[in-house]
Amino acid sequence: MSRLKTLFKHKNSNILNIYITAGFPALNETILIVQELEKAGVDIVEIGMPFSDPLADGPTIQASSQKAIENGITLSKIFEQVTEIRKTVQIPLILMGYFNQVLKFGVPQFFSKAREVGIDGLIIPDLPIDVYNNEYASLVDEIDLDLIFLITPQTSNKRIKMIDKLSNGFLYLVSSHSTTGSQQNLQTSQIEYFKRVKTLDLANSSLIGFGISNHDTFTVACKYANGAIIGSAFINAVANSTDLPATIHQFVLSITR
Amino acid sequence: MKKIKHMHYQINDKGYYGEFGGAYIPEMLHANIEELRKQYFRIIEQEDFQEEYNDLLSNYVGRPTPLSYARRLSAKYRSNIYLKREDLTHTGAHKINNTVGQILIAKRMGKTRVIAETGAGQHGVAAATVCALMGIKCVVYMGEVDIKRQSQNVTRMKMLGAEVRIVKSGSKTLKDATNEAIRDWINNPIDTYYIIGSVVGPHPYPEMVANFQSVISDEIQKQLKRMEGREFPDKVIACVGGGSNAAGAFYYFLDNKEVELIAVEGEGLGISSGKTAATIRTGEEGVFQGSKTLLMQDQDGQIVEPYSISAGLDYPGVGPLHAHLFKSGRGTYLVATDKEALAAAFELTKLEGIIPALESAHALAALKKIVLLPDDIVVVNLSGRGDKDMEIYSKNGKYE
Ligand SMILES: Cc1ncc(COP(=O)(O)O)c(C=O)c1O
Repeated sequence: MSRLKTLFKHKNSNILNIYITAGFPALNETILIVQELEKAGVDIVEIGMPFSDPLADGPTIQASSQKAIENGITLSKIFEQVTEIRKTVQIPLILMGYFNQVLKFGVPQFFSKAREVGIDGLIIPDLPIDVYNNEYASLVDEIDLDLIFLITPQTSNKRIKMIDKLSNGFLYLVSSHSTTGSQQNLQTSQIEYFKRVKTLDLANSSLIGFGISNHDTFTVACKYANGAIIGSAFINAVANSTDLPATIHQFVLSITR
Repeated sequence: MKKIKHMHYQINDKGYYGEFGGAYIPEMLHANIEELRKQYFRIIEQEDFQEEYNDLLSNYVGRPTPLSYARRLSAKYRSNIYLKREDLTHTGAHKINNTVGQILIAKRMGKTRVIAETGAGQHGVAAATVCALMGIKCVVYMGEVDIKRQSQNVTRMKMLGAEVRIVKSGSKTLKDATNEAIRDWINNPIDTYYIIGSVVGPHPYPEMVANFQSVISDEIQKQLKRMEGREFPDKVIACVGGGSNAAGAFYYFLDNKEVELIAVEGEGLGISSGKTAATIRTGEEGVFQGSKTLLMQDQDGQIVEPYSISAGLDYPGVGPLHAHLFKSGRGTYLVATDKEALAAAFELTKLEGIIPALESAHALAALKKIVLLPDDIVVVNLSGRGDKDMEIYSKNGKYE
């Protein structure tokens, strides 16, 4: 059973998934950051593959991606870092990145390499679900990698069910109409959407992401889903840190209390 | 317009030209794109839409634009060169053909806010113009580098009532303006219509923009018939940024193998210099800004920042139609450097009394690069006029 499935089997509430851009703030700090996140009790870490033109991302993750590319991050460097991370870290690790880099690497090669270094799941926001289903789904079954897809407030129930069928690991509920990092508080319309998804009786667990930034928003998200994903707020926290382990523990504590 | 709906040059219902195209969009845009696709194919069939579109093209844009026989240019190149005068449209470039069509779609979809990206500022001006005409709020994204080199168009957009948002990410040019426009759309999916400026982006945009630009080759056919007694030229030459003016100029000749389709990309300082926007020449297959196409990228799949003196050609991707025309061998894809384009602009000005846009000057530069027979009928698509480029021309007078 995959690490993600095992996790959700043993824990189905208050799951905290933290996103960090690989190669940020400094090239090799990714390793330390993931190690400390595990120690601080985080359930899943999502490692971002910095892309030059990240369409779905807001200013914070854009800036961290640009910095990481300037720092010299590459796909092969990320795979090295994950290999190093996996020497000690046991929690599920997910790679999040844009399809062009995967395509350039070679889709089957990328999937196998990711699995080989110890990645459990992939999020590729600009890989449409129908293209995935027609061209790549069979590859994924063979190598036991979980593909995680997004749903949004505009996704119809019918489509959510279709996406649920094709997803493994969990469903990524994008909290609002937005790029990453755009919001402060969760509005009533968003709550209505979370409730709607909850009633659909889906096969996968679900995590809410985008605009989850603090204890309050995390708590609300956990009421309607199995947990939440925090990205931009964490990037902001580590961006100027002079003591990463301390910053990370404080940050995680501030969320979970 | 009537003909348009029957013309689907080798595009399938998922928006692929051969292996290129499709809709590689995040789920956040799925509903928008689905709505647009359905509404677009419904609306373009409607008679009242076609009437309004054609009326605006005639009575607002000023179509048909002339097909001018370039007497002195023809003498110099010992051939028969016609210029398709998109420079004479309202706002001064072919971009208006597309924005007139898309604003009518936006209106019929009940959208109250329009966003657009722009490089040279011609698409931004064309979008701001139709928004003023229809009383719709308009936001235009433009890279900081382009704002400096096409400042006259920034002033025009502002006078037209558009809000111009400066884009400071990446290369601060067209690709980055496009990223920001797409992000804006993700954040405003309900009330906002995105008027894309070229045959790029996710399906149905490439097909839609090509349809709206196809009026160019439709007119060329009719005009040649009158002037030369035949409906098609031997060669059509057009510049390619994203590829919309070329798509329009090629459109009705795509299935006629007797017509040589010649596209010209911005080579910048030269391909070997690395400072280039020659996407087809240097690019590889990838997925960028919503479609599978050829694009300039490095070994790690990062997009390479392009360079061209011409803001409208300074783009690392190209519309999927062009990737397909190149790959299938149907189109010939050439390049022209900054210097060659400048020289061609000064040449046309001196010989014909027409100051072309820097983008269009790249198409003219191809005249030196191809074999022209004395009997050939050659149409160069003069996609725009040079008013916006006067600062660059005055600095580069030495290329005369
Ligand atoms: C006059 C003119 N020609 C050509 C272009 C290039 O665009 P496309 O390749 O879509 O025709 C532009 C773009 O701004 C332009 O302003």
